[in-house]
Amino acid sequence: MSDSARIPPHELLGVALQEPRTRKLRAALSALGIAIGIGAMVAVVGVSASAQANLIAEINGLGTNLLTVTPGQTLLGQNALLPNTSVPMIGHMQNVVNDAAIYQLSQNVYRSPYVPVAQTGGIGVDATGENLPRVVSTTLASGRFLNDVAARYPEVVLGAQAAAVLQITRVTGHVMVYLGSRWFTVVGILDPVVLDSSLDSTVFVSLPVAERLFGTQPNPSEIYVRSSQDDVVGVSNLLPATADPQDASGVNVSRPSDLLEARAAAKGQFTTLLLGLGAVALLVGAIGIANIMVISVLERRGEIGLRRALGATRRHITLQFLTESALLAVLGGIAGVIIGATATVIYTQTRHEPFVVPSYALVAAPAAGLLIGAIAGLYPATKAARLSPTEALRAA
Amino acid sequence: MSVELEQVVKEYPGDVTALRGVSLSVPDGAQVAILGPSGSGKTTMLSILGTLERPTRGTVRVAGTVVGTASDNELAGLRAHTIGFVFQAFHLQETLSAVDNVATGMLYMGRPLRERREAARAALERVGLGHRLDFRPKQLSGGERQRVAIARAVAKRPQILLADEPTGNLDSKSGAEVIDLLLALAADGATLVLITHDPSIAGRFPRRLHMHDGDITEDERG
Repeated sequence: MSDSARIPPHELLGVALQEPRTRKLRAALSALGIAIGIGAMVAVVGVSASAQANLIAEINGLGTNLLTVTPGQTLLGQNALLPNTSVPMIGHMQNVVNDAAIYQLSQNVYRSPYVPVAQTGGIGVDATGENLPRVVSTTLASGRFLNDVAARYPEVVLGAQAAAVLQITRVTGHVMVYLGSRWFTVVGILDPVVLDSSLDSTVFVSLPVAERLFGTQPNPSEIYVRSSQDDVVGVSNLLPATADPQDASGVNVSRPSDLLEARAAAKGQFTTLLLGLGAVALLVGAIGIANIMVISVLERRGEIGLRRALGATRRHITLQFLTESALLAVLGGIAGVIIGATATVIYTQTRHEPFVVPSYALVAAPAAGLLIGAIAGLYPATKAARLSPTEALRAA
Repeated sequence: MSVELEQVVKEYPGDVTALRGVSLSVPDGAQVAILGPSGSGKTTMLSILGTLERPTRGTVRVAGTVVGTASDNELAGLRAHTIGFVFQAFHLQETLSAVDNVATGMLYMGRPLRERREAARAALERVGLGHRLDFRPKQLSGGERQRVAIARAVAKRPQILLADEPTGNLDSKSGAEVIDLLLALAADGATLVLITHDPSIAGRFPRRLHMHDGDITEDERG
């Protein structure tokens, strides 16, 4: 039938724009809920993406060429030991820039002999050499590290967490701790070790002192290896056989930066609670739009009746109101992206973090608006289309 | 275009019978006034003639289309192209200028905006509002508003023109002018059906139908 009722899509868009254009305040208020909801979600995504980018930058700053060697299990399933020869063997490897070993001692540390033996505070005692802070990229919060010159004296350096547990905040030269039936002078406190936080709850004594006082020649419990930056994989592949030529399978090699980056990425998976709040705001926004549209349909019965008289089909009326509510929600979505991005900029600038808003958020936000608007408009639009034109005309 | 009703009954929910078996034939180009007190079924009759309502029983044929069996799309097409409405309450859109109000009358014909505006200007000239093209309804008098509404109805050159008490909100002078205009425009060959309860207005039509209680009680000619 050539004489059908039709309206070009761009004209329909124009018709849908008429009402929001003439009632700007109402349109803005009804889009506000969506704007707040989308804004909250974009901010949550942006802030956590920025924090994650910051963390990864920090990890990269510490160097991704650190490898750790630890004893694993033998083929028979028993705990393996790293041979004492592994440390010099690794030290002689090509492309190994630096290395440091720690030796776990079966000792505990206390503030004084009067502290009950069971109250160890979870602090371990390791022997090590002067290289450790440099290899694991940490600095001293206070004092100095162990050195070979003073290797004969009973000195300790505290990890950051160990110092907190022992309630020692500053090195004065007079603070002592009680370790293995002896007093040790605290000479230094380490900053937190980002690449291996297990070092934080440890106190360190020098290897010669440990050997002399506790009379043992312990096996290394962990060896930290800095390879040259361009041969990390090569070194990592050679490490097991170098550490223990007899049983390379009992040697574990890992790269802490990989682990941390994976953890940072997982942490970046934004806090569910805040996203949930954003979703609630979106829901409220959708209800707000639906509400305004229902009122609008009631107020505009005359217009609806007129349009039907002028040849609009029920579908035209449905589409007009659906487009109108989708349009409001898309505007809300775009405003929300601006609000969320601005919040992220402010947050990251105050914390001197890099600014990151994932590009998917920029596309997803208006798209979500479109979808929400269409859903919110469904009921009012259907209601408008079902109105009897005669009654609609008479009511106005 | 002709309009035919055969034994048309229109019932609304709640046991309201608005039309009780009306039969009527309005030939192509006829000018008919429908008279009657409020509640006599005049507006329902006009809605049925204008395909805004379907009959509960009976047959309605508008410009060859059987309204009872036609689809929503077909009826909408008929209203978009063939039928023009004029209402007592004007039903102009306050936010649009006179030209755009008239152009909206052709919106659902699928004609481009420029063409519609051109036809709208011509129609406003014809109703004597060539000097009010960009006025909003609020800036116009009652008579002028109804003339904009008439321009909207006739701009697409409909073959059927339906007017529901077009003078109801006007003083007698503007009312008379509006009737003059409608009769003049219909003289081009459109079928004109007009509802009124004013006998002096009805007297200017060659055929007058008197309605009472949902039925035609008198069919006066001459």
